[in-house]
Amino acid sequence: MKKLNYFKLAIPAKSVNEGFSRAAVSAFAALFDPTVEELSDIKTAVSEAVTNCIVHAYKEKDGVIYIDASAYDNGSVKIKIRDKGCGIADIEKAREALFTTSGDERSGLGFTVMESFSDKLSVRSKIGIGTTVTITKLIKSR
Amino acid sequence: MNIATENDKMTVILTGEIDHHTARPIREEIDFELIKKKPAKLILDFSGVTFMDSSGVGLVMGRYKAARAINCRTTVSGLKERDKKIMQMSGLINVIEFI
Repeated sequence: MKKLNYFKLAIPAKSVNEGFSRAAVSAFAALFDPTVEELSDIKTAVSEAVTNCIVHAYKEKDGVIYIDASAYDNGSVKIKIRDKGCGIADIEKAREALFTTSGDERSGLGFTVMESFSDKLSVRSKIGIGTTVTITKLIKSR
Repeated sequence: MNIATENDKMTVILTGEIDHHTARPIREEIDFELIKKKPAKLILDFSGVTFMDSSGVGLVMGRYKAARAINCRTTVSGLKERDKKIMQMSGLINVIEFI
């Protein structure tokens, strides 16, 4: 599988950057001329991952979110979203639908939504070191 | 966003993108109006929403609870198919009226 294009982005963990990161990744994925539906899937998954960094990894305090996206010649886009935050103690538990460590206004659906709207989702995390979420989406319409 | 109250019915017309960033001012404004007007029915109209992640679910869940506390019934309308799919993941579809 040959890498056709890539970009790397480092942004502060501020909620205003949720929209920016969605827009950046969707502009990058436009390379494969995805459908509106495919683009919405990517935007939703990225939005969830970036929000997790802000709300859970950095607990709405200062931090940097690293986004590393690559496009491959099979039509897939791989997006790595990494933080150097608190890490996830129990990844399996975190991936359960409706599980949240936050208050009433969080639905606990972040990972469920990411899984549902991507073709492959991997989560690596170490307490005190950080978390990397890798979202892979195949653009079938290209 | 536009909030209109007529008789006992409060209609909230949501517009634009709903994420964790934009949900905060939206919920503050709705909660403020809910407490002030104490309607019997709250309608959250999503027809003008162009993007929503799971923060939209949190927004509906939170308003449902705030409305219930003042004996107000919540209805959600105008959801696009993919946003409905996100709402369905939460099970909210079983407790709130979706039209």
